[in-house]
Amino acid sequence: MGAPAMNRFTAGFLVLAIWLSAFAQTQFSTLRDLLSVPLALGPALVCCVALGQGLGATVTVAVLSGLLSDSLSASPLGAAVPALFLLGFTLHLQRHLILRDQRFAQFWIGLGAGVAVPLLTLATLGLTRSQPAAGAFTPVQLLTLGLLNGIACPALFRVLDLLHRTFDYRPLTSSSFRPDRETVRGRQFRPR
Amino acid sequence: MLKRTHYLVLIGVGTLTLVLLNLPEPLQARVKSVIGASFLPLFGIRAATDSLLDRATYQALPRSTLIDNLLRLERENAELRVSILRANDALAENQRLRAAIGAPPRGPWRPRLARVVGREPTTWWRTLQINLGSRDDLKPDQVVVNGDGLVGRVSQPGLTHSRVALVGDAECGVAVVVRETRDLGIIKPGQTLSGDGGLVEMTLMQNCPGIMAGQTVTTSGLGGVFPAGLPVGTIVDTRNEDGNVFTTARVRLSANLNRLEEVWVLQP
Repeated sequence: MGAPAMNRFTAGFLVLAIWLSAFAQTQFSTLRDLLSVPLALGPALVCCVALGQGLGATVTVAVLSGLLSDSLSASPLGAAVPALFLLGFTLHLQRHLILRDQRFAQFWIGLGAGVAVPLLTLATLGLTRSQPAAGAFTPVQLLTLGLLNGIACPALFRVLDLLHRTFDYRPLTSSSFRPDRETVRGRQFRPR
Repeated sequence: MLKRTHYLVLIGVGTLTLVLLNLPEPLQARVKSVIGASFLPLFGIRAATDSLLDRATYQALPRSTLIDNLLRLERENAELRVSILRANDALAENQRLRAAIGAPPRGPWRPRLARVVGREPTTWWRTLQINLGSRDDLKPDQVVVNGDGLVGRVSQPGLTHSRVALVGDAECGVAVVVRETRDLGIIKPGQTLSGDGGLVEMTLMQNCPGIMAGQTVTTSGLGGVFPAGLPVGTIVDTRNEDGNVFTTARVRLSANLNRLEEVWVLQP
């Protein structure tokens, strides 16, 4: 099953979305005041692209999202890339098994991604010399991140669908009629 | 079944990650600042929006409120002038005593106001970004405070913006002292004890039966980064560890690190 070709508008939207979502992670203090959780929607974005676009777009979004996020963070550069890439790559390979048009499936995929990506990033950081702060409150933060991404994932799917419908060429509809195979009835034929 | 393209992608991204993670620290910081420079327009838009909002708020405030604020600030200013007179007297006495015992004199701090422009995008570091950089003479390890107490230290100065490691971050261990008992301790880096990030853990050097909830924790001046006497927080509770050899205490930080908008960088 081939992924739809991405036009310039969709590609531009994706780059803009990655850039803005990386910046948004450092802003919006309401959630941070309550739970010390940033508005990190990178995993949801990678899910949408992995299930709706090609492998090239998935890898680009995952790598770009990881690098932009790391550039604003105290994490070593490249720490967020493997987690986002593995998520996108796995979802893209298994997309024919996923009910990607169903809202509940989108929610659960977003939720899973929102929990799995920080965990994988923590595992990556564990392999480096870094000492990330994780404690008794970390599961609550991970769950909040999962819920955030679970809610954002269906919304992002809708936006991408809308872009696809608005800016992509419509598929050429051809009828099965072929004039060279037309049955020409003789004079004797009389309709009842 | 993976195709050849999939293997190529896996090898490509794996190699890129390994190369990036193993870059030498100065080069990594430089690459980060180059990528981070793409956000400068957004930081600029945010600063302009904040300024516009501030101006709009001032325009919308009634004259009576402004006069009230002015009178309050004038009163506060007068009180602070009296406090400074007393502090100057104490400082002069302190310098005389230091000279008498042969200790090196303490230089005065030049506080510089910085605006907080961004927070840490992950949950496992405690950092923020301020709008001062190396072009404003910011250097690593300069102390950052606000009106309530210690905030952290400059960890990575960029050209126009700098990253500040907050108290409790892995890069910001603080040598502290309990003001009432003079027991020495360390704010343990890398702990998430509460949702709002306002609780940190302090390990004391020995078993200290005298410390209790409500006592004040300040910087001890040991370690050479933070000057002595900056308020850090208040002890919430204590417990003994390792067979009563060490005392550990949870400390509620004086500065609310989640609601910082402006901070002061202390420059020598």
